[in-house]
Amino acid sequence: MRDEQRLGRAAFLGVTAVGLSSLLWGRSAWEATSRLVPSGVGAVLPQPTSGWRIYTVASTMPRIDPATYRLRVDGLVQQPVSLTLTDLRALPVAEHVSDFHCVTGWSVDDVRWTGVRVRDLLAGAGPLPSAGALAFVSAERPYVDSLTLEQALLPDVMLAWEMDARPLPRPHGGPLRLVVPAMYGYKSVKWVERVVVTREPVVGYWEERGYDQDAWVGRSNAA
Amino acid sequence: MSEPRYVRRFSRTERSLHWVHASAFFVLLGSGLVLYLPSLATEVGRRPLVKDVHLLTAVAWILALAAVLVLGDRRGLRVTARELDVFDSDDRRWLLGGDAPQGRFNAGQKLNAALTAAFALLFAVSGALLWLGERDTRFRLDGSIVLHDVLTYASVALVAGHLYLAVIHPTTRHALRGITRGSVREDWAREHHAKWPTDAQ
Repeated sequence: MRDEQRLGRAAFLGVTAVGLSSLLWGRSAWEATSRLVPSGVGAVLPQPTSGWRIYTVASTMPRIDPATYRLRVDGLVQQPVSLTLTDLRALPVAEHVSDFHCVTGWSVDDVRWTGVRVRDLLAGAGPLPSAGALAFVSAERPYVDSLTLEQALLPDVMLAWEMDARPLPRPHGGPLRLVVPAMYGYKSVKWVERVVVTREPVVGYWEERGYDQDAWVGRSNAA
Repeated sequence: MSEPRYVRRFSRTERSLHWVHASAFFVLLGSGLVLYLPSLATEVGRRPLVKDVHLLTAVAWILALAAVLVLGDRRGLRVTARELDVFDSDDRRWLLGGDAPQGRFNAGQKLNAALTAAFALLFAVSGALLWLGERDTRFRLDGSIVLHDVLTYASVALVAGHLYLAVIHPTTRHALRGITRGSVREDWAREHHAKWPTDAQ
């Protein structure tokens, strides 16, 4: 037959070429277009680079009763303490809005966190002079991560019990999670039930699997 | 009433490729949605297990496709690939909404095949990059996650249309017999695929 065209191959090669090259430009293109999408749409469908994804490492997600919840602070401290959520709320309340960045490539902009600064939490227990780091132990075993004392005392590092002015939902680490805005999300331990003051940072769950101890957004993990 | 006559449309190799691909797609879609949608992720939990299912299915999918290619009728597949590749003036008229006689594959089926093959390749590449990138930052490309997600949306749309035509739409759903049992009614073939030389089958 005359005027035959190999359109099948052309379509295959064209789509493949666009797809492969999008590995380099796809994210910026998506971010540019998702700004044009009405914000209500994002609430229905999770979007590739804005919208939460729920990552867990254990086979079941911790279910914690806020009424009986206790946060223990111990290790190299003068006075180990065990605090209820009511105790925590009695401490100076901190609030800020920050962007949350996952190391796997998605981000959520403008998240409002309410909680207590780690520096205010620590004041009650009184770290010993030998204290150099904090380990945040999750109820989701064996998840743990750590910060140096200096990092943990940054003013925007907090243990949060509210997200976007609502009680912290279970998938996001409720009733209490760490928030470290300047670092990738794997440092922001969910379902925190214990803070241990140590001399050196303990090796966290993801650090054991090759991720950086200092997880600064845009300056770590070969970003 | 005379017995309907049947003509062979798909070889065993072609049907095997189709069903390997289709079954892997649905397992990957199901496990992928559990990993992706917050509500399902919370409900199901067991993320490490679901992740293993997703990864092992992907590996099994590629190995099974390769096995069919190695063991199957490759010469027949080459002929089919050529049929899928070539669009003539009737195909182009058909694509523009005109009524034009079609061969063994209509132009829409040809496009579906090209897109499905491209999506499969891109899914495999972006998925491998996501998997490797968890271990080695050199593989963490900016667009992997967007590409894998966009492909999911696009292929769900494609498969939804494909399923509608294959299972629900009254005039086209007889085609399902071709991909399950290999043959279709001759009168149906003449009506929908007038240029398909059914006598030669």
